[in-house]
Amino acid sequence: MKPAPFTYQRPGNLEEALDILAQVAHEDGRILAGGQSLVPMMALRLAFPAHLVDINDIPSLQGIEVEQQSLVIRALARHAHFHQPAVSGPLGSMLAKVAQNIAHYPVRQRGTFCGSLAHADPASEWCLTAVTLDGSVMVQSRNGSRELPAGTFFQGPMTTALEPDEMITAVRLPMPDAGSRFGFYEFNRRAGDFALAMCQVMFTQEEDRMTGVRLGIGGAEEVPRRLGEVEEMLTGQRLTEKAILSASECAASVITPLEDIQTPVDYRRHLVKTSVRRALEAARDSGNGQ
Amino acid sequence: MDSKIPVRLNVNSRDYHVNVEARQTLADVIREECGLTGTRVGCEHGVCGSCTIIVDGAPVRACLMFAVQAEGKEIRTIEGMADGAELHPVQRAFSENHALQCGFCTPGFIMLITAALEQDSAPADEEIREMLSANLCRCTGYQNIFNAVKQYVGELRERGGTDNNDRNN
Repeated sequence: MKPAPFTYQRPGNLEEALDILAQVAHEDGRILAGGQSLVPMMALRLAFPAHLVDINDIPSLQGIEVEQQSLVIRALARHAHFHQPAVSGPLGSMLAKVAQNIAHYPVRQRGTFCGSLAHADPASEWCLTAVTLDGSVMVQSRNGSRELPAGTFFQGPMTTALEPDEMITAVRLPMPDAGSRFGFYEFNRRAGDFALAMCQVMFTQEEDRMTGVRLGIGGAEEVPRRLGEVEEMLTGQRLTEKAILSASECAASVITPLEDIQTPVDYRRHLVKTSVRRALEAARDSGNGQ
Repeated sequence: MDSKIPVRLNVNSRDYHVNVEARQTLADVIREECGLTGTRVGCEHGVCGSCTIIVDGAPVRACLMFAVQAEGKEIRTIEGMADGAELHPVQRAFSENHALQCGFCTPGFIMLITAALEQDSAPADEEIREMLSANLCRCTGYQNIFNAVKQYVGELRERGGTDNNDRNN
Protein backbone atom coordinates (compact mmCIF):
# COMPACT_ATOMS: atom_id res chain seq x y z
CA MET A 1 0.00 0.00 0.00
CA LYS A 2 3.01 2.28 -0.40
CA PRO A 3 3.89 3.68 -3.82
CA ALA A 4 6.95 2.29 -5.60
CA PRO A 5 9.99 4.59 -5.77
CA PHE A 6 10.09 7.35 -8.38
CA THR A 7 12.05 10.49 -9.10
CA TYR A 8 10.27 13.77 -8.42
CA GLN A 9 10.65 17.12 -10.12
CA ARG A 10 8.61 20.29 -9.64
CA PRO A 11 9.32 22.78 -12.44
CA GLY A 12 8.22 26.39 -12.09
CA ASN A 13 7.13 27.01 -15.68
CA LEU A 14 5.53 25.14 -18.56
CA GLU A 15 8.59 25.08 -20.84
CA GLU A 16 10.67 23.44 -18.17
CA ALA A 17 7.89 20.94 -17.44
CA LEU A 18 7.66 19.97 -21.12
CA ASP A 19 11.45 19.58 -21.33
CA ILE A 20 11.48 17.26 -18.32
CA LEU A 21 8.47 15.34 -19.64
CA ALA A 22 10.23 14.86 -22.97
CA GLN A 23 13.22 13.38 -21.13
CA VAL A 24 11.27 11.01 -18.90
CA ALA A 25 8.23 10.19 -21.07
CA HIS A 26 9.70 7.00 -22.45
CA GLU A 27 10.65 5.76 -18.98
CA ASP A 28 7.00 6.00 -17.89
CA GLY A 29 7.22 9.59 -16.69
CA ARG A 30 3.88 11.09 -15.70
CA ILE A 31 2.41 14.48 -14.92
CA LEU A 32 1.28 14.95 -11.32
CA ALA A 33 -1.48 17.56 -10.88
CA GLY A 34 -4.17 16.85 -8.25
CA GLY A 35 -3.03 13.28 -7.73
CA GLN A 36 -6.46 12.11 -6.61
CA SER A 37 -6.57 9.25 -9.15
CA LEU A 38 -2.90 8.67 -9.92
CA VAL A 39 -1.72 8.48 -6.30
CA PRO A 40 -4.34 5.89 -5.22
CA MET A 41 -3.35 3.80 -8.24
CA MET A 42 0.30 4.12 -7.20
CA ALA A 43 -0.58 3.12 -3.62
CA LEU A 44 -2.34 0.04 -4.96
CA ARG A 45 0.65 -0.60 -7.28
CA LEU A 46 -1.66 -0.51 -10.28
CA ALA A 47 0.57 2.31 -11.53
CA PHE A 48 4.27 2.64 -10.86
CA PRO A 49 5.61 5.58 -12.87
CA ALA A 50 9.37 5.91 -12.64
CA HIS A 51 9.21 9.70 -12.74
CA LEU A 52 6.68 12.30 -11.66
CA VAL A 53 6.62 15.85 -13.01
CA ASP A 54 4.65 17.92 -10.49
CA ILE A 55 3.00 20.88 -12.27
CA ASN A 56 1.43 22.45 -9.16
CA ASP A 57 3.94 25.32 -9.04
CA ILE A 58 3.28 26.56 -12.58
CA PRO A 59 1.29 29.81 -12.33
CA SER A 60 0.29 29.91 -16.03
CA LEU A 61 -1.66 26.67 -15.63
CA GLN A 62 -3.97 28.00 -12.92
CA GLY A 63 -7.55 29.14 -13.10
CA ILE A 64 -10.17 29.56 -15.79
CA GLU A 65 -10.90 32.25 -18.35
CA VAL A 66 -13.70 33.21 -20.72
CA GLU A 67 -12.19 33.61 -24.16
CA GLN A 68 -14.12 34.16 -27.42
CA GLN A 69 -17.36 32.41 -26.50
CA SER A 70 -15.63 29.56 -24.72
CA LEU A 71 -14.63 28.75 -21.20
CA VAL A 72 -10.95 27.85 -20.96
CA ILE A 73 -10.22 25.58 -17.99
CA ARG A 74 -6.50 25.37 -17.33
CA ALA A 75 -4.60 22.34 -16.09
CA LEU A 76 -4.62 23.30 -12.39
CA ALA A 77 -8.29 24.33 -12.05
CA ARG A 78 -9.57 22.10 -9.22
CA HIS A 79 -13.00 20.48 -9.07
CA ALA A 80 -13.84 22.76 -6.11
CA HIS A 81 -13.40 25.76 -8.43
CA PHE A 82 -16.83 24.84 -9.81
CA HIS A 83 -18.69 24.41 -6.48
CA GLN A 84 -20.21 27.84 -7.14
CA PRO A 85 -21.04 28.80 -10.74
CA ALA A 86 -17.65 29.73 -12.24
CA VAL A 87 -19.29 31.64 -15.11
CA SER A 88 -22.72 33.17 -15.48
CA GLY A 89 -25.44 31.45 -17.49
CA PRO A 90 -26.30 27.79 -18.00
CA LEU A 91 -22.71 26.56 -18.33
CA GLY A 92 -21.68 27.74 -14.85
CA SER A 93 -24.86 26.30 -13.34
CA MET A 94 -24.36 22.98 -15.06
CA LEU A 95 -20.70 22.68 -14.05
CA ALA A 96 -21.71 23.39 -10.42
CA LYS A 97 -24.35 20.67 -10.58
CA VAL A 98 -21.90 18.18 -12.07
CA ALA A 99 -19.14 19.06 -9.57
CA GLN A 100 -21.37 18.02 -6.65
CA ASN A 101 -21.24 14.47 -8.00
CA ILE A 102 -17.46 14.19 -8.21
CA ALA A 103 -15.96 12.03 -5.46
CA HIS A 104 -15.94 13.80 -2.07
CA TYR A 105 -15.27 17.26 -0.68
CA PRO A 106 -11.53 16.85 0.11
CA VAL A 107 -10.85 15.10 -3.20
CA ARG A 108 -12.49 18.03 -5.01
CA GLN A 109 -10.06 20.43 -3.30
CA ARG A 110 -7.09 18.81 -5.05
CA GLY A 111 -8.32 16.93 -8.12
CA THR A 112 -8.34 18.82 -11.41
CA PHE A 113 -10.71 19.03 -14.39
CA CYS A 114 -7.91 18.43 -16.90
CA GLY A 115 -6.44 15.61 -14.80
CA SER A 116 -9.78 13.80 -15.00
CA LEU A 117 -9.59 13.98 -18.78
CA ALA A 118 -6.00 12.72 -18.87
CA HIS A 119 -6.95 9.85 -16.55
CA ALA A 120 -9.98 9.01 -18.75
CA ASP A 121 -11.95 6.86 -16.33
CA PRO A 122 -15.19 5.83 -18.09
CA ALA A 123 -17.08 7.03 -14.98
CA SER A 124 -15.57 10.53 -15.03
CA GLU A 125 -18.15 13.32 -14.91
CA TRP A 126 -15.81 15.85 -16.55
CA CYS A 127 -14.98 13.50 -19.45
CA LEU A 128 -18.72 13.21 -20.12
CA THR A 129 -19.11 17.00 -19.85
CA ALA A 130 -16.29 17.65 -22.34
CA VAL A 131 -17.83 15.20 -24.82
CA THR A 132 -21.45 16.34 -24.43
CA LEU A 133 -20.53 20.00 -24.90
CA ASP A 134 -18.14 19.32 -27.81
CA GLY A 135 -15.21 20.65 -25.84
CA SER A 136 -11.67 20.48 -27.07
CA VAL A 137 -8.53 19.36 -25.32
CA MET A 138 -5.45 21.54 -25.69
CA VAL A 139 -2.30 19.47 -25.44
CA GLN A 140 1.32 20.48 -25.66
CA SER A 141 4.73 18.88 -25.89
CA ARG A 142 8.18 20.32 -26.44
CA ASN A 143 7.53 19.89 -30.16
CA GLY A 144 4.35 21.92 -30.34
CA SER A 145 0.70 22.03 -29.44
CA ARG A 146 -2.51 20.43 -30.69
CA GLU A 147 -6.18 21.01 -30.06
CA LEU A 148 -8.14 17.73 -30.08
CA PRO A 149 -11.93 17.35 -30.11
CA ALA A 150 -13.12 15.69 -26.89
CA GLY A 151 -15.27 13.35 -29.00
CA THR A 152 -12.18 11.59 -30.35
CA PHE A 153 -9.81 12.20 -27.42
CA PHE A 154 -11.05 9.20 -25.44
CA GLN A 155 -10.01 5.92 -27.05
CA GLY A 156 -10.93 3.43 -24.33
CA PRO A 157 -10.96 3.07 -20.55
CA MET A 158 -7.93 5.02 -19.21
CA THR A 159 -6.75 5.48 -22.80
CA THR A 160 -6.53 8.80 -24.63
CA ALA A 161 -5.03 10.31 -27.75
CA LEU A 162 -2.21 11.87 -25.65
CA GLU A 163 1.32 10.99 -26.71
CA PRO A 164 3.68 10.07 -23.86
CA ASP A 165 5.52 13.41 -24.08
CA GLU A 166 2.33 15.49 -24.26
CA MET A 167 0.34 17.02 -21.44
CA ILE A 168 -3.06 18.69 -21.29
CA THR A 169 -2.61 22.41 -20.70
CA ALA A 170 -6.30 23.36 -20.86
CA VAL A 171 -9.77 22.29 -21.93
CA ARG A 172 -12.00 24.59 -23.95
CA LEU A 173 -15.78 24.35 -23.52
CA PRO A 174 -17.99 26.34 -25.92
CA MET A 175 -20.45 28.63 -24.11
CA PRO A 176 -24.02 27.47 -24.74
CA ASP A 177 -26.82 29.92 -25.62
CA ALA A 178 -27.95 31.92 -22.63
CA GLY A 179 -31.42 30.33 -22.77
CA SER A 180 -30.19 26.72 -22.86
CA ARG A 181 -31.70 24.20 -20.51
CA PHE A 182 -29.70 21.38 -19.03
CA GLY A 183 -30.12 18.27 -16.95
CA PHE A 184 -27.68 15.90 -15.29
CA TYR A 185 -28.32 12.67 -13.45
CA GLU A 186 -25.84 10.17 -12.06
CA PHE A 187 -26.54 6.82 -10.44
CA ASN A 188 -24.22 5.22 -7.93
CA ARG A 189 -24.85 3.11 -4.88
CA ARG A 190 -23.16 5.43 -2.36
CA ALA A 191 -22.48 9.17 -2.43
CA GLY A 192 -19.18 9.87 -4.14
CA ASP A 193 -18.77 6.42 -5.71
CA PHE A 194 -17.93 5.88 -9.35
CA ALA A 195 -20.95 6.40 -11.59
CA LEU A 196 -22.65 3.22 -12.77
CA ALA A 197 -24.49 5.33 -15.33
CA MET A 198 -25.01 9.02 -15.93
CA CYS A 199 -26.64 11.26 -18.48
CA GLN A 200 -26.05 14.88 -19.34
CA VAL A 201 -28.36 16.80 -21.64
CA MET A 202 -28.48 20.35 -22.96
CA PHE A 203 -30.80 21.99 -25.50
CA THR A 204 -32.54 25.22 -26.41
CA GLN A 205 -36.22 25.60 -27.15
CA GLU A 206 -38.03 27.40 -29.94
CA GLU A 207 -41.74 27.67 -29.22
CA ASP A 208 -41.55 24.69 -26.87
CA ARG A 209 -39.71 22.55 -29.38
CA MET A 210 -36.19 21.35 -28.68
CA THR A 211 -33.29 22.37 -30.89
CA GLY A 212 -29.53 21.96 -30.60
CA VAL A 213 -30.01 18.82 -28.51
CA ARG A 214 -26.89 17.35 -26.93
CA LEU A 215 -27.28 14.16 -24.95
CA GLY A 216 -24.29 12.29 -23.58
CA ILE A 217 -23.96 9.04 -21.62
CA GLY A 218 -21.09 8.23 -19.26
CA GLY A 219 -20.13 5.46 -16.89
CA ALA A 220 -21.99 2.91 -18.97
CA GLU A 221 -19.70 2.31 -21.95
CA GLU A 222 -15.94 2.22 -22.42
CA VAL A 223 -15.86 5.94 -23.20
CA PRO A 224 -18.40 8.72 -22.76
CA ARG A 225 -20.24 9.66 -25.95
CA ARG A 226 -23.16 11.57 -27.38
CA LEU A 227 -26.05 9.43 -28.56
CA GLY A 228 -26.88 10.80 -32.02
CA GLU A 229 -29.97 8.59 -32.39
CA VAL A 230 -31.52 9.98 -29.22
CA GLU A 231 -30.58 13.56 -30.07
CA GLU A 232 -32.29 13.21 -33.46
CA MET A 233 -35.34 11.67 -31.87
CA LEU A 234 -35.71 14.63 -29.49
CA THR A 235 -34.96 17.40 -32.00
CA GLY A 236 -38.10 19.31 -32.97
CA GLN A 237 -40.16 17.60 -30.25
CA ARG A 238 -41.87 19.00 -27.19
CA LEU A 239 -40.46 17.58 -23.97
CA THR A 240 -43.51 15.48 -23.10
CA GLU A 241 -43.68 12.36 -20.92
CA LYS A 242 -43.93 10.33 -24.10
CA ALA A 243 -40.84 11.96 -25.65
CA ILE A 244 -38.87 11.37 -22.45
CA LEU A 245 -39.89 7.72 -22.34
CA SER A 246 -39.04 7.11 -26.00
CA ALA A 247 -35.67 8.81 -25.64
CA SER A 248 -34.72 6.84 -22.53
CA GLU A 249 -35.74 3.54 -24.13
CA CYS A 250 -33.81 4.39 -27.28
CA ALA A 251 -30.68 5.25 -25.24
CA ALA A 252 -30.86 1.95 -23.37
CA SER A 253 -31.14 0.00 -26.61
CA VAL A 254 -28.29 1.66 -28.55
CA ILE A 255 -25.53 1.45 -25.96
CA THR A 256 -22.89 -1.25 -25.61
CA PRO A 257 -22.77 -1.55 -21.82
CA LEU A 258 -19.71 -2.28 -19.71
CA GLU A 259 -20.18 -5.44 -17.71
CA ASP A 260 -18.81 -6.66 -14.40
CA ILE A 261 -19.89 -9.19 -11.83
CA GLN A 262 -22.02 -6.69 -9.91
CA THR A 263 -23.36 -4.89 -12.95
CA PRO A 264 -24.74 -7.19 -15.66
CA VAL A 265 -25.57 -5.75 -19.08
CA ASP A 266 -29.33 -5.67 -18.54
CA TYR A 267 -28.95 -3.83 -15.23
CA ARG A 268 -26.75 -1.21 -16.84
CA ARG A 269 -29.23 -0.71 -19.69
CA HIS A 270 -31.90 -0.18 -17.08
CA LEU A 271 -29.73 2.38 -15.26
CA VAL A 272 -29.08 4.22 -18.54
CA LYS A 273 -32.80 4.34 -19.26
CA THR A 274 -33.49 5.77 -15.81
CA SER A 275 -30.57 8.22 -16.01
CA VAL A 276 -31.74 9.59 -19.36
CA ARG A 277 -35.29 9.95 -18.07
CA ARG A 278 -34.20 11.75 -14.90
CA ALA A 279 -31.75 14.04 -16.73
CA LEU A 280 -34.51 15.05 -19.18
CA GLU A 281 -36.97 15.57 -16.33
CA ALA A 282 -34.41 17.75 -14.55
CA ALA A 283 -34.03 19.84 -17.72
CA ARG A 284 -37.79 20.11 -18.06
CA ASP A 285 -38.32 21.09 -14.41
CA SER A 286 -35.52 23.64 -14.29
CA GLY A 287 -36.10 27.19 -15.45
CA ASN A 288 -33.97 28.52 -18.28
CA GLY A 289 -30.36 28.14 -17.27
CA GLN A 290 -31.19 27.06 -13.74
CA MET B 1 15.83 7.13 -6.92
CA ASP B 2 15.79 6.18 -3.24
CA SER B 3 17.78 9.24 -2.25
CA LYS B 4 16.28 11.47 0.37
CA ILE B 5 15.10 14.99 -0.26
CA PRO B 6 15.30 17.68 2.43
CA VAL B 7 11.91 19.26 3.03
CA ARG B 8 10.68 21.96 5.39
CA LEU B 9 7.18 21.23 6.64
CA ASN B 10 5.28 23.88 8.56
CA VAL B 11 2.87 21.98 10.80
CA ASN B 12 0.72 23.82 13.33
CA SER B 13 2.95 26.92 12.96
CA ARG B 14 6.14 25.00 13.70
CA ASP B 15 8.84 24.15 11.15
CA TYR B 16 9.99 20.54 10.84
CA HIS B 17 13.10 19.87 8.76
CA VAL B 18 12.84 16.32 7.48
CA ASN B 19 14.56 14.15 4.88
CA VAL B 20 12.10 12.10 2.89
CA GLU B 21 11.86 9.81 -0.10
CA ALA B 22 9.70 11.26 -2.86
CA ARG B 23 7.29 8.36 -2.48
CA GLN B 24 6.59 9.01 1.22
CA THR B 25 3.08 10.33 1.73
CA LEU B 26 2.46 13.44 3.77
CA ALA B 27 0.42 11.31 6.21
CA ASP B 28 3.34 8.96 6.86
CA VAL B 29 5.86 11.78 7.22
CA ILE B 30 3.67 13.74 9.63
CA ARG B 31 3.35 10.61 11.77
CA GLU B 32 6.80 9.10 11.49
CA GLU B 33 9.15 12.03 10.91
CA CYS B 34 7.30 14.82 12.73
CA GLY B 35 6.05 12.46 15.44
CA LEU B 36 2.50 13.79 15.22
CA THR B 37 0.52 10.57 15.44
CA GLY B 38 -2.90 12.18 15.88
CA THR B 39 -3.36 11.98 12.11
CA ARG B 40 -4.60 8.45 11.44
CA VAL B 41 -3.73 6.29 8.47
CA GLY B 42 -6.54 3.96 7.45
CA CYS B 43 -6.90 2.81 3.86
CA GLU B 44 -3.84 4.58 2.39
CA HIS B 45 -5.58 5.16 -0.92
CA GLY B 46 -7.92 8.07 -0.42
CA VAL B 47 -11.15 6.29 0.46
CA CYS B 48 -11.57 6.44 4.24
CA GLY B 49 -10.67 10.05 5.06
CA SER B 50 -8.96 9.15 8.37
CA CYS B 51 -5.81 11.06 7.39
CA THR B 52 -7.63 14.30 6.48
CA ILE B 53 -5.59 17.37 7.42
CA ILE B 54 -5.75 21.03 6.40
CA VAL B 55 -3.24 22.29 3.83
CA ASP B 56 -3.35 25.99 2.96
CA GLY B 57 -6.91 26.15 4.24
CA ALA B 58 -8.24 23.15 2.29
CA PRO B 59 -9.16 19.77 3.77
CA VAL B 60 -7.04 17.16 1.98
CA ARG B 61 -6.31 13.46 2.16
CA ALA B 62 -2.75 13.35 3.52
CA CYS B 63 -2.26 9.90 1.97
CA LEU B 64 -2.82 11.38 -1.51
CA MET B 65 -0.14 14.06 -1.23
CA PHE B 66 3.55 13.36 -1.15
CA ALA B 67 5.44 15.11 1.62
CA VAL B 68 7.75 16.74 -0.96
CA GLN B 69 4.67 18.52 -2.35
CA ALA B 70 3.93 20.19 0.98
CA GLU B 71 7.17 22.16 1.22
CA GLY B 72 6.40 25.63 2.58
CA LYS B 73 2.66 25.07 2.84
CA GLU B 74 0.66 25.83 5.98
CA ILE B 75 -0.34 22.47 7.43
CA ARG B 76 -2.78 21.99 10.31
CA THR B 77 -3.33 18.71 12.12
CA ILE B 78 -5.46 17.63 15.07
CA GLU B 79 -2.58 18.47 17.46
CA GLY B 80 -2.99 22.15 16.57
CA MET B 81 -6.69 22.36 17.35
CA ALA B 82 -7.00 22.64 21.13
CA ASP B 83 -5.62 25.71 22.89
CA GLY B 84 -3.89 24.10 25.85
CA ALA B 85 -6.59 22.38 27.88
CA GLU B 86 -9.35 24.21 26.04
CA LEU B 87 -10.84 22.19 23.22
CA HIS B 88 -11.50 23.69 19.80
CA PRO B 89 -15.27 24.30 19.39
CA VAL B 90 -15.53 21.40 16.90
CA GLN B 91 -13.85 19.06 19.38
CA ARG B 92 -16.17 20.31 22.15
CA ALA B 93 -19.22 19.77 19.93
CA PHE B 94 -18.02 16.18 19.29
CA SER B 95 -17.66 15.58 23.02
CA GLU B 96 -21.04 17.06 23.89
CA ASN B 97 -22.86 15.12 21.15
CA HIS B 98 -21.15 11.75 21.72
CA ALA B 99 -19.87 12.02 18.16
CA LEU B 100 -17.05 9.55 18.73
CA GLN B 101 -16.98 5.97 19.83
CA CYS B 102 -13.65 4.23 19.17
CA GLY B 103 -12.19 7.56 18.08
CA PHE B 104 -10.05 6.34 15.19
CA CYS B 105 -11.85 8.44 12.56
CA THR B 106 -12.27 11.47 14.82
CA PRO B 107 -9.15 13.50 13.90
CA GLY B 108 -10.01 13.18 10.19
CA PHE B 109 -13.59 14.26 10.78
CA ILE B 110 -12.54 17.20 12.97
CA MET B 111 -10.14 18.50 10.33
CA LEU B 112 -12.65 17.94 7.49
CA ILE B 113 -15.42 19.78 9.34
CA THR B 114 -13.19 22.62 10.50
CA ALA B 115 -11.87 23.37 7.01
CA ALA B 116 -15.22 22.89 5.28
CA LEU B 117 -16.91 25.34 7.65
CA GLU B 118 -14.11 27.86 7.23
CA GLN B 119 -14.94 27.78 3.51
CA ASP B 120 -18.72 27.99 4.06
CA SER B 121 -19.92 28.60 7.60
CA ALA B 122 -23.65 28.20 6.86
CA PRO B 123 -24.12 24.91 4.97
CA ALA B 124 -27.59 23.41 4.45
CA ASP B 125 -28.30 20.05 6.10
CA GLU B 126 -27.88 18.27 2.77
CA GLU B 127 -24.53 19.96 2.22
CA ILE B 128 -23.39 18.85 5.67
CA ARG B 129 -24.37 15.25 4.90
CA GLU B 130 -22.62 15.39 1.53
CA MET B 131 -19.48 16.80 3.16
CA LEU B 132 -19.49 14.14 5.91
CA SER B 133 -19.87 11.38 3.30
CA ALA B 134 -16.19 11.96 2.52
CA ASN B 135 -15.07 10.16 5.68
CA LEU B 136 -15.83 6.72 7.07
CA CYS B 137 -16.76 5.93 10.67
CA ARG B 138 -16.76 2.16 11.12
CA CYS B 139 -18.60 2.54 14.44
CA THR B 140 -21.21 4.10 12.12
CA GLY B 141 -21.93 6.96 14.49
CA TYR B 142 -22.75 9.35 11.70
CA GLN B 143 -25.93 10.84 13.19
CA ASN B 144 -24.11 12.14 16.24
CA ILE B 145 -21.32 13.52 14.06
CA PHE B 146 -24.03 15.31 12.05
CA ASN B 147 -25.53 16.61 15.32
CA ALA B 148 -22.12 17.92 16.39
CA VAL B 149 -21.75 19.79 13.10
CA LYS B 150 -25.23 21.26 13.48
CA GLN B 151 -24.36 22.49 16.96
CA TYR B 152 -21.13 24.07 15.71
CA VAL B 153 -22.93 25.68 12.74
CA GLY B 154 -25.41 27.15 15.23
CA GLU B 155 -22.58 28.51 17.39
CA LEU B 156 -20.96 30.07 14.31
CA ARG B 157 -24.24 31.71 13.32
CA GLU B 158 -24.56 33.24 16.79
CA ARG B 159 -20.98 34.46 16.64
CA GLY B 160 -21.48 35.68 13.05
CA GLY B 161 -18.87 33.69 11.13
CA THR B 162 -15.99 31.33 11.73
CA ASP B 163 -12.87 32.03 13.73
CA ASN B 164 -10.93 32.75 10.57
CA ASN B 165 -13.63 33.99 8.26
CA ASP B 166 -16.45 36.40 8.82
CA ARG B 167 -17.69 36.76 5.25
CA ASN B 168 -21.14 35.47 6.18
CA ASN B 169 -21.82 38.30 8.61
